[in-house]
Amino acid sequence: MIEGFNPALILVFGSLLALLLQPGLPRQCFMLALPVLGFTQLWGLPYGSHAEIELFGLSLTTLRVDRLSFVFAVIFHIAALLTVIYAWSLRDPLQQVVSLLYPGAALGVVLAGDLVTLFVFWELAAVSSVFLIWARRTRQAYWAGLRYLMIQIGSGVLLLGGVILYSRATGAIAFDHLGFNSPGTLLIFLAFGVKAAFPLLHTWLQDSYPEATVTGTVALSAFTTKMAIYALARGYAGSDILIVIGTVMAMFPIFYAVIENDLRRVLAYSMINQLGFMVVGVGIGTELALNGAVAHAFADILFKSLLFMSMGAVLLRTGTVNGSDLGGLYKSMPFTTAFCIVGAASISAFPLFSAFVTKSLIMEAAAREGYQVAWLFLLFASAGVFHHAGIKIPYFAFFAHDRGLRCAEAPLNMLVAMGIAAALCIGIGLFPEPLYAMLPYPIDFEPYTTTHVITQLQLLVWSALAFTILMRTGIYPPELRSVNLDFDWTYRKLMPRVLREYEAAGAQAGAVFNRFVEERVTAFIATLYRHHGPEGRLARTWPTGSMVLWVAIILGSSLIFYYF
Amino acid sequence: MTESERPGGATEKTYWLDDRRNVDRLIYTLLLVGVLLFGADFYYHKHVYFPIENRFGFYAWYGFICCVSLVLIAKQLRKVLRRQEDYYGD
Repeated sequence: MIEGFNPALILVFGSLLALLLQPGLPRQCFMLALPVLGFTQLWGLPYGSHAEIELFGLSLTTLRVDRLSFVFAVIFHIAALLTVIYAWSLRDPLQQVVSLLYPGAALGVVLAGDLVTLFVFWELAAVSSVFLIWARRTRQAYWAGLRYLMIQIGSGVLLLGGVILYSRATGAIAFDHLGFNSPGTLLIFLAFGVKAAFPLLHTWLQDSYPEATVTGTVALSAFTTKMAIYALARGYAGSDILIVIGTVMAMFPIFYAVIENDLRRVLAYSMINQLGFMVVGVGIGTELALNGAVAHAFADILFKSLLFMSMGAVLLRTGTVNGSDLGGLYKSMPFTTAFCIVGAASISAFPLFSAFVTKSLIMEAAAREGYQVAWLFLLFASAGVFHHAGIKIPYFAFFAHDRGLRCAEAPLNMLVAMGIAAALCIGIGLFPEPLYAMLPYPIDFEPYTTTHVITQLQLLVWSALAFTILMRTGIYPPELRSVNLDFDWTYRKLMPRVLREYEAAGAQAGAVFNRFVEERVTAFIATLYRHHGPEGRLARTWPTGSMVLWVAIILGSSLIFYYF
Repeated sequence: MTESERPGGATEKTYWLDDRRNVDRLIYTLLLVGVLLFGADFYYHKHVYFPIENRFGFYAWYGFICCVSLVLIAKQLRKVLRRQEDYYGD
């Protein structure tokens, strides 16, 4: 342990150093060691502010460890480690570097004690992560990456603008509770909102994550949105507006998830749904609710990575993750199937799995504070998430109709990564105490009560019955090759169309103007021609004699004037 | 599991789930579990925050209704939102 050294820098600089190492085993081992090293460094740091530096007259706290940042830093290290294992057989140096540089940047965000450091790492995370999308090296990925980058940089610009306004108004740059007391904090809120996938600001997520590489999506799913949840919990805990925003986030994606064909996109929608629960937790803002938001972020990183890993393995082996092309894969990929089911049970909050002990903190907090409407919607969303992520994902990928796809099981390294994630999901579900002990506030909650277990099982089993009946009666919408319009339609279709029409209208106006100019100029030239052309009066050649005559007349007249 | 002939002549294992009767058995088991859980409301005291939770089998029927309406609404939404795969053309 180096005193006061930021663990984020271990990942950031370590990932660049890894490039110098020989590809293959030496580089892999070094990359595996980095999250472990970072974790050891984090573990040894005492709570408080470290690495305070003066820069351009600003006093920066580049490293702050407290109960809130610590939990996020722990799970970010675990996620980084899982990513390295999952991408073990990858031989693409670009992706290798970025898959640690990006988690390093995200770590920098959660450990930043001031808004300037936060901004620097915020942008580094945005810029580095886009390469995980571009590394797919397809045309779709290129454009999706470009859109992703523009929105992420947009979030950074909002953050920078907000920080400048806030620091001018208050003279402070410390990152603590911000609230909505100045235009600056409103901009910062929006910047966080973009990355937390607030409704209408969410489109980058479902647009780009499914276009990233097999391993890239796993890394992407863990960091950006969770650092936004951290930032909201730090700066805007207890803001009522977040309860409304979070409830909408939990609700609307489940409808999209039901009709979406690309199973990684289904997971992207279900991610917004889970973020909604966390945002509600932050909005309620009581100790229990904040604990719930943080604990659920912790659990979500694990089960969402696990689900993305299993779908990545399917993509790797079959070349597709479209529900319409898959089915019956449990025969070829039994381990991946089992791990996917663990992830599905975890996200659905089955008793003995992780979300059962984390999401219930948020539900309990909402109930205790009397938010009945939000609570009913969240319960709807809980049934919905089981429906689309818990049942639909494993069912359409691994069961449903056997499409005759026969492939190899996922590579060993992927199975190991999925195995660790699955073990952690079950571990947290069975023994929530270590996670509870890590949460920001002391906790007094028992997840395994008779009421909670039975009511949750009732909700889930009857949701499963609904799925079965709809499936058997043919009411359930079939998986179809399609895209479904989302709000990104506005900038992918509407705006280009408006611009094209504007351009066409401009071209028309330009043509009218040109015609007008042309007519005037032609008329002018014609006039000139008339007067100065070969037939023109002014261009006529006159005899020399007449000139001499006129000179003589002028001279004669001047002589006469002279005598008088 | 038994070995069976596939049309191509290759043999492949027949899995337990390949038999439709087994799938039916699974579904009946699920139904039975559902009914038992619904009936469980007779046998314990629910600790609740909202009066609606005290309705008999609330979580069961609420989950069921939510899922059915979720699918029915999503089906209608698909009519409005669905486009060809190459709609965006990139």
